Formats: sequence, C-alpha cells, structure tokens
Amino acid sequence: MELYSLTIHELQEKIKNGDVSAMQLAESVFSRIDTVEERVHSYIRLMKEEALTAAAIADENIKKGDIQPLTGIPVALKDIVCTQGITTTCGSHILHNFVPPYNATVVEKLHDAGAVFVGKTNMDEFAMGSSTETSYFGPTRNPWDLQRIPGGSSGGSATAVAADECIASIGSDTGGSIRQPAALCGIVGMKPTYGRVSRFGLIAFASSLDQIGPFTKDVEDCAIMMNVLAGYDPKESTSVKAEVPDYRQFVGRDIKGWKIGIPKEYFVEGIDPEVSSAVKKAIEVVEKCGGQCVDISLPHTQYSVAVYYIIAPAEASSNLARYDGVKYGFRTADARDLAEMYQKTRMQGFGAEVKRRIMIGTYALSAGYYDAYYGKASQVRALIRQDFDEAFKQCDIIITPTTPTPAFKIGEKTDDPLQMYLSDIFTISTNLAGIPGISVPCGFTAAGLPIGVQFLAGHFEEGKLLQIASVYEKSAAIEKRRPTL
Amino acid sequence: MEFETVIGLEVHAQMLTDTKIFCNCSTKFGSAPNSHACPVCLGLPGVLPVLNKKVVEFGMKMALATNCTINPSNSFARKNYFYPDLPKGYQISQFAHPLAEHGYISLEINGEQKKIGITRIHMEEDAGKLMHDENNPSSYVDLNRTGVPLIEIVGEPDIRSPEEAAEYLKRLHEILVYLEICDGNMEEGSFRCDANVSIRPMGQKEFGTRTELKNMNSFRNVQRALEYEVKRQQYLVENGQKIVQETRLWDDAQGVTNSMRSKEEAHDYRYFPDPDLVPVMVDEAWIVKIRKELPELPLVKRERFVKEYQIPVYDAGVLTAERALAEYYEEVVRLCGKPKQASNWVMGDVLRFLNEEKRNIRQCPITAKALADMIKLIEEGAISGKMAKDVIEEMYKSGKPPQDIIKEKGLVQITDEGELIKTITAIIETNPNQFKDFRGGKEKLFGFFVGQVMKATQGKANPQLVNDLLKKMLA
Repeated sequence: MELYSLTIHELQEKIKNGDVSAMQLAESVFSRIDTVEERVHSYIRLMKEEALTAAAIADENIKKGDIQPLTGIPVALKDIVCTQGITTTCGSHILHNFVPPYNATVVEKLHDAGAVFVGKTNMDEFAMGSSTETSYFGPTRNPWDLQRIPGGSSGGSATAVAADECIASIGSDTGGSIRQPAALCGIVGMKPTYGRVSRFGLIAFASSLDQIGPFTKDVEDCAIMMNVLAGYDPKESTSVKAEVPDYRQFVGRDIKGWKIGIPKEYFVEGIDPEVSSAVKKAIEVVEKCGGQCVDISLPHTQYSVAVYYIIAPAEASSNLARYDGVKYGFRTADARDLAEMYQKTRMQGFGAEVKRRIMIGTYALSAGYYDAYYGKASQVRALIRQDFDEAFKQCDIIITPTTPTPAFKIGEKTDDPLQMYLSDIFTISTNLAGIPGISVPCGFTAAGLPIGVQFLAGHFEEGKLLQIASVYEKSAAIEKRRPTL
Repeated sequence: MEFETVIGLEVHAQMLTDTKIFCNCSTKFGSAPNSHACPVCLGLPGVLPVLNKKVVEFGMKMALATNCTINPSNSFARKNYFYPDLPKGYQISQFAHPLAEHGYISLEINGEQKKIGITRIHMEEDAGKLMHDENNPSSYVDLNRTGVPLIEIVGEPDIRSPEEAAEYLKRLHEILVYLEICDGNMEEGSFRCDANVSIRPMGQKEFGTRTELKNMNSFRNVQRALEYEVKRQQYLVENGQKIVQETRLWDDAQGVTNSMRSKEEAHDYRYFPDPDLVPVMVDEAWIVKIRKELPELPLVKRERFVKEYQIPVYDAGVLTAERALAEYYEEVVRLCGKPKQASNWVMGDVLRFLNEEKRNIRQCPITAKALADMIKLIEEGAISGKMAKDVIEEMYKSGKPPQDIIKEKGLVQITDEGELIKTITAIIETNPNQFKDFRGGKEKLFGFFVGQVMKATQGKANPQLVNDLLKKMLA
C-alpha cells in the first residue's frame, strides 16, 4: 500500500508510532502527483518546496512529541482561500498575479494543526460553475474517466483527493461546490452550517451562501478535518459563537430509532436511473441500521434554483466590483481614461460565465427590478429555510441524491448554462437554508462512475451528519475501488 | 410672485473614534498617504468587515441628543458604484434599516422656537481621497480616510431660509462637538453638508423641483450657496423656465452653483443588505447606558445658565457655545460665587486674549481658580477693577496666580484712610484755585481732584474711598 492512498486516521497512527515520517509521506504524495497530475490537472500551483520544508519541521515536532491532529498530513487548498505569500488566483485571469499578505483563518487553523500544504487546487473561475471548466487555467479531469468533468466548482480539490494527490483537501460550497464534485469523484465532502467555519480569507462569491468545508477519503477523516476547521472567528462577523463538539466522537455511533426524511420533491423524474437506484439502495442500508423512513415534503424546492440564481449573482456582482484594475491583479494595458480602464480590465480579466453572472446580478439589483427579483428571491429563500425547519420537526436527517446524474462529459453543458445550473438542483437549497450537508459515496454506475448520496441536518448538527454517514459507510461497505490512472 | 424656500440638509459627520468603522486602522488625519490602510481598507479579496461598536455608541449619542428613535435592529447595506477612491466598489452604509429615525432639534429663529425634523441618522464608512498630479496625466489614491466612520444626519425639508439653514447647521455642529463624537472641523471635512433646495409659490403645498448642492465647506458658504441657488431658481421660474432636478456644485471663488450631473446621469446604487455583517441589535439596557453618558446639551445648559446665574441670554449663549468654556465658567463661579462678574471677565478679557492668539479655552494659561481668586480680590477691595485689568493681562502672559503678580508689582490698593487724608490735604493746598472754583459751584472739578489723588498714589488708591473722602473734604 502506497502512503498516498491512506487516510488521515490511518496515517495518524503510523506517524504516532514512528512507522512513517512526514517527509516520507510528502515525498510519496509528490511522486504520485508527478505520475498523474498531467492527466488530471488538480492543481493551479504546487507548493513542493514549502511542503518539504513543512514536512521537515513536522518531523522535528514529531521527534519532540508535539503531534497535532494533522501533523505531517498533506492537505490541498482550493485556490479560493488566501495563502500568505502564495499567489491566490480564484481561477481567474484578473487575480493571476495576486499574492495575499494574509492567510485565511482556515489556512491558519490547518497550519496550527500541523498540516503540510501541497498546493492550490483548480476551480471554476470565482467558484462560478459546476464542472471546473470555467477556470482560466484550463479544466480539471475526472480521475474515473478523463473525458469527464470532476464537478465543480471545487473540482481540483475533489480530484486531488480522489487521485491520491493529497490526503485531504479544502473546498468551498456556495450551491453544491463541495458535495457535487465529491459525489462525482467518489469521495466524502461536507458543507458545514453557514457560520460554522470562518469565511475570513475566502475570496467571496456569494457571501450569504459561501461556506468552507473538507474533502476526505472517508467519514472519519471528515470528522478530523471538521475538528480543525470549525469555530468562531472574531474576524468574521457571520461566524457563530456556538460550541464545537469533538466531531470524531460521533463516528460509528448507532442511529437506531432515527427518523430519516425522504423528501418527495427530490425523487422525481429526470434523475438518472442508476443514480436513483443507488440512492434507494442507500436508503435501505440506512433502514437496516435502525433508521425509520418518513415521507416529508419541502414544498418550495422547485424555486430553489431560480432563487439561487438571483441571490448568488446579485451578491457576486457587488463582491466582484473590487476587481477594477486600480489596486492589484490584472489591469488592461490600453486604456485612455478611467472608464475605459474599468471596462477593458473587467472585459479582459473575467471569463464569460463570471461576466454573465455579474450582469444577471447587476440587473436583479437595479432600480425598478429590485423588488421583483432580489426582494422576491429573499422572501422565497425564507420559505425554503422554513421548509427545512418544518421538516426537521418530523425527522432527524434528510436523505437525497447529491446530483441528478453522474459526471458528464467535458464540453457537454458548457453551451447550455441552464442545464449546467440544474446539476446543482439537489444541493442548492441547503445553502439557501444555511444548513449542513454531506455527500458520501453510494456506488458506481455500470460505466464505473461514482455516485453520491447526500445527508442533510438542521443548523449546527454536523455531528448527526457524521454519525449517520459513518454508520452508512460502514454498513454499505461500498467497494473500495480506486480510479485507475 | 412671492416664493417660499424649502431646504433640507444632509450632514456627514466624522466620528472621533480611535479606529476605523470596520477594521483596527487609526483614524488619524494628516498622516503619510496609505499609512493607515490595511487589507480591509484596501478591499483585498477575502477580507471581511467587523463593526466597531464605538461607532454605534457615538451614533446612538447623536440619536438621543436629537430626539430620535433608535431602531432595535438596524443593519448595513451596500451602496454600489465604481470610483478609484472606493476600493471595494461599494460603500458600506445603512439603507432600509438605519440606526435611528424620527427626531428633531430646536432652533431659535427671530426669538421664536422652531423644530427642524431629523428624518434619519445612519452609520457608514468614508471613502478615500484622490490626488491628481498636475504635471502628469495620473492620479494617486490615498486610502487613509477609507473606513473612517461617519454618521449621516438627514434633515426633513423643514427649513425655510438660508439663514435658518445656517442656524440649523450651527446647532447640529454644536451638539456633535458637545457630545465629543466629532471634532467639527469643516475645512478638514470632519463635518460636511449637502443641501436640497426648492422653491414654491407661497401657499402651495407641493414641493417644487429640487436641486442638490454640494461642495460647501463652511457655514457661510452653505448660506451663500443657498442664497444664490434660491435666486437662480426664482429667476428661472419668473422667466418661464423649468428647474432641472440635478446635483450642483458650489463654486466659492465665483460665488455661483454649477451643474454637476442631472437626474438621468445619477447613479443607480443598487443598495442591498450587506451579507458580511449581521444586524446591530440595540436593547433598552444599552440605550439607558448611553443616555446616562450624555452630557448636558447646549440648549438645556443655556437655559439653566440664564436661570441659575441670572445672566443675559446673550451671555449664556456665548458661555455655552463650547462645552469646555461652559465648564470653565462654572468652575470660576463655583470658586468665587460671583456669576455676573465671572461672566464679564470670561467673556471680556479671557476670550479676547484667546481669540487674539487663536487658542481655545483648554489652552488658556489662566486657570479657573486663578480667575476666581482675582475676582475675590476685587470684591475684598484688595485691588481695584482698573488694577485687575493689568493683573489679568499679566496672568494670561505668565500663567501666575493673581496674588503673586500683585505682590511682585506692588499693586496693593491703598485703603488706609489716614494716608489718603494726608494726600488729599496736600493736593488741596497745592491747588487753591481749583478748590475755590469747586466750592464756587464748578462741580466738574471733582474729577480733577480724583485724578490728582490717583496720580499721587500711582492708581493704587481705593476709588470708592477716594470718592467718599473727597466729597467730605471738598465740601
């Protein structure tokens, strides 16, 4: 067994016992990267030199007996989290040369927990996309089928874990950008409750929806990562001062008597039959573990994509206004006056999807349209949140497919934004409601593409998600297949 | 046709907090460009605002001092527009849910009380500053001012003349400075005013088309700009032309207003709730705490001075114009127990000295105790009022207490009757003609004798005593 293929908890043991050094582990991961990265393209930037230095320091600490939860563990960072002194592009030309003078809070926390950073992973430009095809730095490929997309926007972070180019990684999820690629790449991905993980240093797409979360190879690793990431941050006004439990203690606890909500709106026609049957099988497994299924309704589900595609672009149009060529990042070379500098910088610096969303968002906030679009969308958003509040009075957990289909082909949906937007149909409501969700592998299609099942819980109930996901993972015993690369 | 003028003012006041509204940078004015500019000020990607609670408290003070209702839940919104001095491409302000609403302040217009409504008070961040290179076609951005806290005080269109507007501004300014939440410096831009003005035929209820005036950096300029604009609007109407809704800039040098942008060119700011900040919750306990911290406000203090110290309304107005001055005066009164005399000395000599050197009362070398002592010395007859004039000047120059100065200069008043009788006797003897004339009915010569006594005593004789003795001895 190669070191790069192990999980955090397996490696924690080996490091503690002195069987493996941080340096050996880092070298293993970088040799794997040398072998597969050219085909997968998980990374925008590798940090090999920094990683080897960090591994050497980790080994010093291990010798001293100073072992933190992630000491020596190679972790990849989506290129949307700011890293001090390391170029952070957000997948965009407009930030191609931006070097932050600060670390995101999650980067600080991971660093303090001993993590070794492998590199910055590829992503849809400004996290706007579901396939990692809108990146200025070219697409990432799904390790299970290199002709297919890995999902997005955190595609690079998902493939880096799936292709063993790191042990765990960080993504961000605004409408499904962690859970969807996790499902399509056959790994575990969690979007925590809005406010659970600090957004400080996360380059904003839609501030009221964005949330950072981990990609891992299994549920226990997810719990380990959440222990590091979660918590209040005085630098982030929307982060919440709620107690952070030890998430690892939920792993493996039984779920006997739990009510499992099956929302009828998520099991409708149009879902790929293989996905549908895999998720149904997952429900059976959960029942066998002691879960009791109840039919529930989330009546405003049908509006979630529409609401999302007003609120997210509206916030984005404002969040992305700062990229004007005045202070940092790309500036057009040929402008005669201020207005032209703005226009050309933004025209040349942003990709098509980003510009589309800026225009939609600007329109939705314009005088005379605000009430009909942003105002109305905010009202419906409240109803969607209320749907979940009501539902969680009847059940502990909601179970749904993570995506309507397995990974699609590169280029298949790039000309049809609406089809692309619909690939997030099962994940978007979660962000609108601010609740946590996790995607766990639940099987493969006949063609060998991974399928994911999604568990949802009430605000700050990440523990419950880890509990059911770990129990399901163990009982389902999904074949431990690895992509052949 | 008779017209009525309708004016509403919007005031931006910089808050005197040590740090900015959404980060820990200093708010100090006049530092090297961009020396108080952190990643939050610069609008770097991923950084987030954290509200400075002091700004809320300062805003609450102004809200309570202007009789506003504080919104128990108020929140921030983004005002979106592109400009190089606005690093994020939006200004964090308050829109749908401001800090406070529905207040008023009282003015005295021609001896009558008038209330001017306050529509709302909200918090926001200031923008940076652009500096244009005169030799090169380039501009520089200084972000030191970015994020300096402001409150905007939006007034109701209750003002009916440019003079009223100036009076309203002065009162508002006075309250802000009294509360010690704004330094009120108009030249440095800590206190800025925009004016909305329209005219309508006398008796008409509907408002006329208004113009917005900007770029007036003194009370006088606000009044001048409004006077000009009212005349301009009247001229247009009287000549059958239409007033265009627009923003106009006051040109101080030319004394005119010029069109800056029309309504059609106005920005669409696309306000929406700022998702990076949570609503500000203000409970009753917080309001009570802030209310307790409020100082006595100028208007109340003025009325109290008139009543308590029996001084004229005008004097009370001068003495309460500044909080520190009022405190100084009250300390003098407390120590000497002579409100009227204290008022005369403070308003007369002390303020004159300070004004001559453009100093404020905090920089005054004469302590309240020293002035009180001097007043007491006059009352006790130790020095005359005339002598005190010299003493106080010396006190201002040297900062010494009056007793020391009197001693050093030998300025002790002669109150010894025997000594004065001797002096007067000698004067009568050396001026027999005048004495004869006086007794013959030339009463004007009384002054001559007083003068002679003062001359002989080098002004040290107690004037009252000299008077009394002369009356007896000349008779």
